[in-house]
Amino acid sequence: MIRAEHELHRRRRSRNFGVGLVLVALIGVVFGLTVVKVRQLGEMQAFDSVVRPEILPGERDEK
Amino acid sequence: MTDVTTAMDDAYEAQFGDYFALLKPRVMTLVVFTALVGMLVAPVLPHPFVTLSAILFIAVGGGASGALNMWWDADIDAVMKRTRKRPIPSGRVTGQEALAIGLALSGFSVAMLGLATNWAAAALLAFTIFFYVVVYSMWLKRSTPQNIVIGGAAGAFPPMIGWVAATGSVSLESVLMFSLIFLWTPPHFWALALFMRSDYDDAGVPMLTVTHGRPATRRHIFAYTAVLAAFAVWLGFTAAGGPVYLVTAVALNAWFLKGAWEILRRDEGMAEADNYRAEKAFFRFSLLYLFVHFGALLADAVLRTYGVFA
Repeated sequence: MIRAEHELHRRRRSRNFGVGLVLVALIGVVFGLTVVKVRQLGEMQAFDSVVRPEILPGERDEK
Repeated sequence: MTDVTTAMDDAYEAQFGDYFALLKPRVMTLVVFTALVGMLVAPVLPHPFVTLSAILFIAVGGGASGALNMWWDADIDAVMKRTRKRPIPSGRVTGQEALAIGLALSGFSVAMLGLATNWAAAALLAFTIFFYVVVYSMWLKRSTPQNIVIGGAAGAFPPMIGWVAATGSVSLESVLMFSLIFLWTPPHFWALALFMRSDYDDAGVPMLTVTHGRPATRRHIFAYTAVLAAFAVWLGFTAAGGPVYLVTAVALNAWFLKGAWEILRRDEGMAEADNYRAEKAFFRFSLLYLFVHFGALLADAVLRTYGVFA
């Protein structure tokens, strides 16, 4: 008789569940890091990601 | 039962916990704690999420070196009682799997730490993994009785990596935090070796108690403890230290030195007569020693944040 639910399947399920959790956590960490890094970019123009010299602190102070 | 289920019973498939055990979770807790303190006592603190991510990647890097160490040392682990139940010698995970996991997690942790913080910290993490696996495990562990000293260096890097992840460079404070763990490791393990009949002999790993004898081991314990005390108190006078740390370090090191002096004065006859009382007390105290030192550094950092002793 072949049992539908073998102990092997239970062990595999625990492993797959663990790997799944790790992957979800990894997505969360990478997403969180991305949000933090992008927020720290400061005064950078969004449309072309190029720093505008006139809004840099040093340039502004000289004016 | 059919042949199919019988065949299934014979082949053990590793569970998630078996792979996790490859990363030496108990060692990882010390790595996490010391790396976290290394980051929090630094004069500049990255965003909290970046700090937590950096600690995670340092821990994964430490775990990866543990997996690679288990892959290389599987033959020794199978002989020694303490390590016989590890995933590879017990047959739950193959050596090739451990090697693959170790290499993949090493690359992953170094790359992610570099992206999350800076490449100096990532390079230091890569060097730590290389040092532990190649220099310690593959090269020196089986060939020199100073293996404990060299292994201690690998365990001493995490607070330095934490500091570099926060500041971008190595400084006196990070070198002193490194020295604290580096110099603590030999007396800690040699005290254990004095009262535990080590099975390193059976595995062919040279230990100081066997190669140079027990009186020499007692002298080594005292010498390392004396140098350790000087470095531990010195850290209190740097920017990373503070009043809490300084008082703690002076008290703890005075007590530790007293214990080492007792061990130095005793011979095997005296030790056997009271069942290694002084050696066991010294070892138990050494377990607290590191935790309390780094805890005191953390306490000073918190007090600085809130303007006390600023």
